[in-house]
Amino acid sequence: MLRALVIDPGKCTGCKQCEMACSFVKEGEFNVSKSRIRVFDFHTEARFVPYTCTQCAEAWCQQACPVNAITTNADGVKVVHENLCVGCKVCTIACPFGTVNYNASTGKVIKCDLCLGSPACAEACPTGAITFKDTEQAGFDKMKVWATQAAHATSTQGPNTPAAKG
Amino acid sequence: MGWNRKILRINLTDATIKTEPLNMDWAQKYLGQRGLATKYLVEEIDPTVDPLSPANKMIFATGPLTGTAASTGGRYSVITKGALTNAIACSNSGGYFGAELKFAGWDMIIFEGKAAKPVYLTVIDDKVELHDASQIWGRSVWDTDEWIKKRHQDPMMHISAIGVAGENQVLYSCIVNDLHRAAGRSGVGAVMGSKNLKAVAVRGTKGVKVKDGMRFLRAARDAKKVLQENAVTGAGLPTYGTQVLMNVINEAGAMPTRNHREVQFEGAHDISAEAMATPRKSDGQKNLQTNQACFGCTIACGRISKIDEKHFSIQNKPQYWHASGGLEYEAAWALGSNTGVNDLEALTMVNFVCNEQGLDPISFGATVSAAMELYDLGLLTQEMTGGIDLKFGSAEALVKCAELTGKAEGFGKELGLGSLRLCKKYGRPELSMSVKGQEFPAYDSRGIQGMGLTYATSNRGACHLRSYTVSSEILGIPEKTDPLATDGKAALVKAFQDATAAVDSSGLCVFTTFAWTLNDIAPQVDAACEGEWSPERMLEMGERIWNMERVFNNKAGFTAKDDQLPPRLTTEPAQTGPAKGLVNGLDKMLPEYYALRGWTSEGVPTNETLSRLAL
Repeated sequence: MLRALVIDPGKCTGCKQCEMACSFVKEGEFNVSKSRIRVFDFHTEARFVPYTCTQCAEAWCQQACPVNAITTNADGVKVVHENLCVGCKVCTIACPFGTVNYNASTGKVIKCDLCLGSPACAEACPTGAITFKDTEQAGFDKMKVWATQAAHATSTQGPNTPAAKG
Repeated sequence: MGWNRKILRINLTDATIKTEPLNMDWAQKYLGQRGLATKYLVEEIDPTVDPLSPANKMIFATGPLTGTAASTGGRYSVITKGALTNAIACSNSGGYFGAELKFAGWDMIIFEGKAAKPVYLTVIDDKVELHDASQIWGRSVWDTDEWIKKRHQDPMMHISAIGVAGENQVLYSCIVNDLHRAAGRSGVGAVMGSKNLKAVAVRGTKGVKVKDGMRFLRAARDAKKVLQENAVTGAGLPTYGTQVLMNVINEAGAMPTRNHREVQFEGAHDISAEAMATPRKSDGQKNLQTNQACFGCTIACGRISKIDEKHFSIQNKPQYWHASGGLEYEAAWALGSNTGVNDLEALTMVNFVCNEQGLDPISFGATVSAAMELYDLGLLTQEMTGGIDLKFGSAEALVKCAELTGKAEGFGKELGLGSLRLCKKYGRPELSMSVKGQEFPAYDSRGIQGMGLTYATSNRGACHLRSYTVSSEILGIPEKTDPLATDGKAALVKAFQDATAAVDSSGLCVFTTFAWTLNDIAPQVDAACEGEWSPERMLEMGERIWNMERVFNNKAGFTAKDDQLPPRLTTEPAQTGPAKGLVNGLDKMLPEYYALRGWTSEGVPTNETLSRLAL
């Protein structure tokens, strides 16, 4: 079973506990600027959005790397091998999502590797905005919300009424 | 560890920037933030200094847990001599600014002197520079935030700034960071304005290290669980914010109404948390858009609100059409119940203006309330207010006052003095609901007796954040006491004051103490910082800090007569609710409090007390 981070921005409060957990695991210190996951604050729209690598099946970062420093492990995770990385940054250009970034203090690139099986960000998230789930069922919770509304609409308004929204 | 051990000293008069090692002997005695910065301040300034003169200093200070994964570990405080009070001031703020300052590698910034022309400071890791602020002087906090980020091409900066209120030295102006979090009370914004300092912008890419990482993570995780499982911090605050209190306090008969003439507000429900979360009649939308956490906070009590675009207060004013920081309980009370206004949209708009211009909504609302009483008594007339019909309950008048005060235009100039100076000017100083010149927050001390002693003895003037005995007297945390009784309140107030001073020195938020005691906090400090930090040591340190602040105030000229409440609270009984017929029994509590503190009957710490606390 492949597992992935499932992010629900609607539950995010912008507390950055995910960034703290990530930087502590990866860097041994609390340092949000080195976090592999970042939370973006859309102040005027009252939205906070955590964002990180989605572990593409066909990963452009991996394809672009000239020294094969990015490999796919058994869990489908794209892992950067620091001993091979030459810091050329081509992968940071290739990634369409911007989730591979250069770390000037080491001269290597950094990206999310799902903590090789138990992501610290998901564990640290206090609201369930970041969860770690079976990739093939990632959408089921969202489906259930809509299904619940459909069930409610049909049970209160009769079987032929379209599901109410919002 | 925990501490970065480095401070910045900025002399604005001669535009010099120096770095110094943090005084680690003092850090072991005062920890950080409130305690440690107050130690620096009392060592470096004359307590009788004019707070708005260049001789006053102003310190931005973090705690050792600021910028760590401890829940709520993102606080910073501004420590100075207060413009509103002439007393020690320490105003605490959340948002992301404090943590960013730690990530840039600094524990605190000490500002000295006064710049010849308006300036702002950038701190980008070790690169620290003063810049000409002439293009942002006269502009709002929000414009300043946007301008600086564009100018330095860095949207990830976190900025703390004054608005026009601070520039104009409105005596209760605040310092706002991250657009709507504020070091709010005692006029710290006016001090910053008097120094010609518009803003501080920080960006940090370094890390904060702790003494024992794994032990720290375990302690932080255990403590987060306590917050999550507590009814207030795990459910009430995230869902309703501090506004969860509006109906509770109103029912307790402790909701100051119309400048404390009454203790219950008939419009409380209209301006409550429940009202914010209910779709409006006007457009079917909710005032409350979402909750927001400050840095590292797993409670997330912050409110993000959106005003109905058709509301009279924001027509043709697009800067208020988007979502921004909404009403906390204190603001909703001061702007609403205390002025008799029950228009939720108008209160939200005025709250936005307070953030945009840098006004403390508590003191602003309370000053408008006092002015409304003067108007009601005929001591102020419509001619004197420049045409404002300043009736209790008028949303239009409130909005107009908000728009004039920060800018110091027309009658707004008088409102900017604060309620004490305003009421003195019109011959009725007793109508100012304040202690040491600072206006009361949202609890009437006839219905919650301990808060009377809290206000009277607070070192920074009337304040709820120095000893929040509401926790015990109303919410039963850590144990229930009778809000209408004075017995035992002296000891309760002292215990809350000492514990709170310790929390305020750590980098954590005092709201955690709805669930946490020092038994939850000390293990986190102990795992992060050198030295051994037991709950007992933290509490003793809190007592040391409280006495250090008191000694400063005494040297600044404060005496026992400044530990008094306005006569309304001690002579005019509450007319309704559970406290009907009661006044505040300060005269019973204060002598006992002095004795418990080890102070003379004149409120002066004895030599024995000072030496016991190593002061």
